[in-house]
Amino acid sequence: MYSILLCVIIFTISLAVAAYATWGERKFAAILQDRVGPSRAGPFGLLQPLADGVKMFMKEEMIPSKSNKWLFILGPSLFMLTACMVSVVIPWGGNLTIGETTFPLQITDINIGILYMFGVVSMGIYGIMIGGWASNNKYSLLGALRASSQMISYEIAMGLAIIALVMLTGSLSLKEIVAQQDAGLAFVVYQPLGFLIFIICSFAETNRAPFDLAECESELVGGYHTEYSSMKLGLFLFAEYINMFISSAVMATLYFGGYNFPFQHELADAIGLSANGLTILQTVIFFGKVIGFILLFMWVRWTLPRFRYDQLMNLGWKVLLPLAIANIFITGLVMYFLGKLD
Amino acid sequence: MPLTNRSKTVTVRELTLAERLYLPAIFKGMLITISHIFKRTPTIRYPETKREFAPVYRGQHVLKRDEDGAERCTACGLCAVACPAEAIIMESAERKKGEENLYREEKYASIYEINMLRCIFCGLCEEACPKEAIFLTDRIVPSSFTRGEEVFGKNILVEPIDQRVDVSKRQTPEVLEFKHDKKHSHNRTFKDPKPTISRGH
Repeated sequence: MYSILLCVIIFTISLAVAAYATWGERKFAAILQDRVGPSRAGPFGLLQPLADGVKMFMKEEMIPSKSNKWLFILGPSLFMLTACMVSVVIPWGGNLTIGETTFPLQITDINIGILYMFGVVSMGIYGIMIGGWASNNKYSLLGALRASSQMISYEIAMGLAIIALVMLTGSLSLKEIVAQQDAGLAFVVYQPLGFLIFIICSFAETNRAPFDLAECESELVGGYHTEYSSMKLGLFLFAEYINMFISSAVMATLYFGGYNFPFQHELADAIGLSANGLTILQTVIFFGKVIGFILLFMWVRWTLPRFRYDQLMNLGWKVLLPLAIANIFITGLVMYFLGKLD
Repeated sequence: MPLTNRSKTVTVRELTLAERLYLPAIFKGMLITISHIFKRTPTIRYPETKREFAPVYRGQHVLKRDEDGAERCTACGLCAVACPAEAIIMESAERKKGEENLYREEKYASIYEINMLRCIFCGLCEEACPKEAIFLTDRIVPSSFTRGEEVFGKNILVEPIDQRVDVSKRQTPEVLEFKHDKKHSHNRTFKDPKPTISRGH
């Protein structure tokens, strides 16, 4: 019962964050480009996502007659579904104790959390492939092809970078990983190369620049979402922002200590914060970290030019994969010499 | 073999390790981008603040009246002939007995229309007019959703008697000087006395 409520809350928060990420992206891009972003719809343009949503709804819903109708509708739906499903295992905060019962701020703590996450993200690729195929359009197909091959290539390096992390923690559960970072240092200190590989692969997984040739307008018209209009296109674009949000959350969880912050227990004792108060503060700090990573995503997008497809594949297979394997090897060596392997 | 004397030899070096990593270059680029947060935006928030137009800006037309309120336009058609976009249409009519205060000369324009969708705002009509009747002012032509609304008739073009449009900045100082000379009938209104013709000098 509580899980269902938390599901609904987290889903709503994901949607809200994704909607305001579009606003934030436009504003941040404008600041980086010496101009002013949306500023007319509401104060500071804050109602702009609402205006975009209404615009999306009011557009004509088109399904090309020669396309496969059910697959056409399935593509964006699947993409959106898998984007939201990852938020189930992320620990959004510690425990809230109300009365007798403790409420963990995590919908479910599967003990194979990381594996579940990777499985779901791999399913997300189907959404793009189905969308591109069902459009019955050469450009969409090429775009979908490029997007899916890019995503599977970078998933391998991402998985291998995580393996080194799992070697350190000894557990796949995300709650465990966050708890261990509470006890020690954040894992980015122990795994800097792993973090670098993970962040580059996150850019590629979410199809964000500089790896966004699957959907860039200059190369393939719209790529896999050329033929989509109205809410289905809205779902594709929205799911991309939700993916970005979730990737930031995962990065913050795995490498930057999740909802912990330095000297949290000392601070809580110093100002006399109750356990619930500390949990709320931790959740706020977690969202701060997530927003910081989202800003990083946007910062990189508006700095770097796009990769060419062969450069992208080269990077994924010939650079990141050997680096990730080397990372595992080095981690293993260091752990052996420090006597931590058991 | 160099083709000209101005050729420069360029060396194509292999990328160094630091360059091949791309990361230092990426960080440098990101620093440049983030430095733009601290720079001023040159954006002007129209319509709260508007930019100044030059005094000779060519905007919406006006058909002027003289100091006593009579319309200057005599429907001679020179503006219509000068217009490269054929945007001006007019029909003339004869001034009746009691209408001396409304129109300067016996001929006036009963219908005068400028099709704003054809007009290219070149100002040739302003240059062609012999009666200093039509000017382009610095008002911006309002936009509309239908084509019919963009054909401006006399009701929009002729300036209202109480709200004269100031076009003195569009005329050179010599012209403004010339306008004070009442010897020329161009500068006299129907209230000014006719000059006496001096005989035998």
